[in-house]
Amino acid sequence: MNIIVCLKQVPDTNEVRIDPVRGTLIRDGVPSIINPDDKNALEEALKIKEENEDIKVTVLSMGPPQADMALREALAMGADEAILLSDRAFSGSDTWATSKALATAIDHIGNYSIILCGRQAIDGDTAQVGPQIAEHLGIPQITYVEELEIIGDKVVAKRAIEDGYYVIEGKMPILLTAIKELNEPRYPSIRGVYKAHEGNRVKNWSAQDIKADLSNLGLKGSPTQVNKSFTPPGRSGEGEILSGSPKEKAGQLVLKLKGKYLI
Amino acid sequence: MEEKTKNLKAGAVNVDEYRGVWIFAEQRQGQLLNVALELLGEGRKIANTLGLPLTAILLGHEVDEIADKLIKYGVDKVYYGDHKLLDIYNTDGYTKAICDLINREKPEIMLIGATTIGRDLGPRISSRIHTGLTADCTKLDIDMDNRRLMQTRPAFGGNLMATIICPNHRPQMATVRPGVMEKSKYDKNRAGKIIKFTPELEEKDIRTKVLEIVKGTKAQVQLEDAKVIVSGGRGLGSPEGFKLIESLADKFNAVVGASRATVDAGWIEQGHQVGQTGKTVRPSLYIACGISGAIQHLAGMQESKVIVAINKDPDAPIFKIADYGIVGDLYEVIPEFMEALDGIDV
Repeated sequence: MNIIVCLKQVPDTNEVRIDPVRGTLIRDGVPSIINPDDKNALEEALKIKEENEDIKVTVLSMGPPQADMALREALAMGADEAILLSDRAFSGSDTWATSKALATAIDHIGNYSIILCGRQAIDGDTAQVGPQIAEHLGIPQITYVEELEIIGDKVVAKRAIEDGYYVIEGKMPILLTAIKELNEPRYPSIRGVYKAHEGNRVKNWSAQDIKADLSNLGLKGSPTQVNKSFTPPGRSGEGEILSGSPKEKAGQLVLKLKGKYLI
Repeated sequence: MEEKTKNLKAGAVNVDEYRGVWIFAEQRQGQLLNVALELLGEGRKIANTLGLPLTAILLGHEVDEIADKLIKYGVDKVYYGDHKLLDIYNTDGYTKAICDLINREKPEIMLIGATTIGRDLGPRISSRIHTGLTADCTKLDIDMDNRRLMQTRPAFGGNLMATIICPNHRPQMATVRPGVMEKSKYDKNRAGKIIKFTPELEEKDIRTKVLEIVKGTKAQVQLEDAKVIVSGGRGLGSPEGFKLIESLADKFNAVVGASRATVDAGWIEQGHQVGQTGKTVRPSLYIACGISGAIQHLAGMQESKVIVAINKDPDAPIFKIADYGIVGDLYEVIPEFMEALDGIDV
């Protein structure tokens, strides 16, 4: 059985800073990581591989050449094969065009039973690419998966909702999106890291390699466009710092809130 | 004309053929979600700007009273798809029912609540229809010059806002973040049209099966409607710190909020999380205890009317947006604060 895991290399948004003058992102020195939810997706694939016979785990990423590092990390964690979809033709893709490119690559790989994606990436938070890939491929989906079981040719998943979960059954081939509750991703082993960096273990595919229709790619293939981006208008509070002993500060705060009819 | 066709993108349509503002009225087990009322509130403004009727899409089985309720909440027309196979949400059935309707009626705008279900359904529809979808919008406007929906959303963990457009594809689809838009008001005298229909669905169309629904496993945290929120951050030092936050919250009848750091550390359930990856709140009073004020947290609470910050670090960014700040150890300040509050109650 073949499992394909889609993963994205993202800037660690906890470390992102904004240039206060230009209002643009400062990416210098911001570490790139495997998107957290995608790591849960990979971990689940590796767990299925450990618990079952004859499972092959392929990791697939679309991104610039340096996304190679994220794929090597995935190999070091235990993935069998890694493919980097990298081509200038893909740049500027919105979620529709991204999912189309990934779905085309998945079709090109062929013969899969499970596609695992993270629920969403921390740089965009859209949670769209997983379901859109499923639709392009014409296969069912279960999103927000927090527990997974494989039973014969079926999967049974606990799918999180706001105040509980649904237990959902679906037949393979199927696409699943993982949330962090699903598992605790492993660390790569030393041997794994060593092997991942031996020679060229990451395959590079271009748009032509997967026979993609160019009109569906990049900016040209994207229904949405960014009209403008800006730094969020900050709130300016009254900014009054209360002084004195803890008791005095607390007393003043009560008076202030009373003045605003909040108590 | 030739020029225009040449520039058209894949999947582009003649946008002038598309008219009307639609919202998806999500219901679960016969309960209309709050976010549907927020979409009605926002959808009404957009429909008025465009001078068009507002339409709600309601799917389910035997939920006629919700269709009535939608009219009273200000919608002009309800497409109510009643089918046994739509009783419980499932991706395939809901996607097919809505896509069939979109292809037939051609709306120009379609809004969906960004719930765990809306975020399953929205991308599936946009992918099938071949149109754009903007996720988790916090602001919507119409640019009348081009008759375009300007869809604004946070990106990069709330560090940046982006306004997205969908010029050549229709409908212009957006999911809208719950808790952000103003709800529409109930008016028992309002009239509207309910168009009940049976979506074309067969068992074999539905490829996933819901075996069980379990609710209440996670604490129901009603942050979005709270008047007062008392939130704890990493400055609490340990999960036990939330006991102190709870006692302070009790004094105000408040709901307990939390920063992402404390949720990630497992100190408190995710339902309490306020911020870009948590909930967006706008209470009358927000008391932030031991929260430094990372952008991603501020993104979820800076619409609060009055913000109080208690933090050890005088340089914490939270003080920049707070109305009242107390620099100090929260374990000293909060007990004093509670005592002072008791003083007035008496």
